[in-house]
Amino acid sequence: MAEREYELVYILPPDTTEQQAAEVHDQIAAVVARMSGRIERTENWGRRRLAYQIARSKEGVYVLEVIIGSGDLMKELDRRLKVMDQVVRHLVVRVDEEKKVVDRTRTKRQTESERRRVRRGLPPVRQPGEGRQADGDDADDDRFEGMES
Amino acid sequence: MPTRRGRSTGRGRGDKKVADKQQAQRRPMFRRRKVCKFCADKIDDINYKDVKLLGPFVPERGKILPRRISGTCAMHQRKLQTAIKRARQIALLPYVTD
Repeated sequence: MAEREYELVYILPPDTTEQQAAEVHDQIAAVVARMSGRIERTENWGRRRLAYQIARSKEGVYVLEVIIGSGDLMKELDRRLKVMDQVVRHLVVRVDEEKKVVDRTRTKRQTESERRRVRRGLPPVRQPGEGRQADGDDADDDRFEGMES
Repeated sequence: MPTRRGRSTGRGRGDKKVADKQQAQRRPMFRRRKVCKFCADKIDDINYKDVKLLGPFVPERGKILPRRISGTCAMHQRKLQTAIKRARQIALLPYVTD
């Protein structure tokens, strides 16, 4: 089955105890494990201010889970999260394709700049203390770096 | 735009506006060139979790800052848009504030 990377962010009420949060995490982990996915990593952002009120509270406990699995898994997880009343709000985003695009543009930019530098007879990587120092207004000109003789 | 100097005399706020306009006429082409922040800083990933990055593009009212003001290029504005909309869904950014 297709292996896709998803990010799940969910918000718990501000008065959630560590134990309750762990319980929710275990429930999610159980669903993920049953549908042959895996949790890549879990980040707890702790209590944060909400930009607007949800369920009459101005704060919430944010948790981020990076999950690898199939679309069916996420569908099931989404359905369950909607039903779970400990979870105030959640968001599922597929990230693998965006990540790929980001990586590609990053490597493309790097190889491109290396190619130009080599053609100008410079070492491919910028040396420390080389060129104009980025200060104040000049910092804006940095992206023209490749065109200077 | 027609000058409204005649109408605005006597009003506290109007006087200031006229002064602004005169200054603008004196140096007409002195607008700073706008540059896409994401191109200039080489930010590839516009992520919905990065509130610090998105913050400046959401003014007090909570609306998304238009391209004509921020100077963001079309591609990055599109990415910014989805990022802000995602951030709104999980209450990292407001839909409206008044």
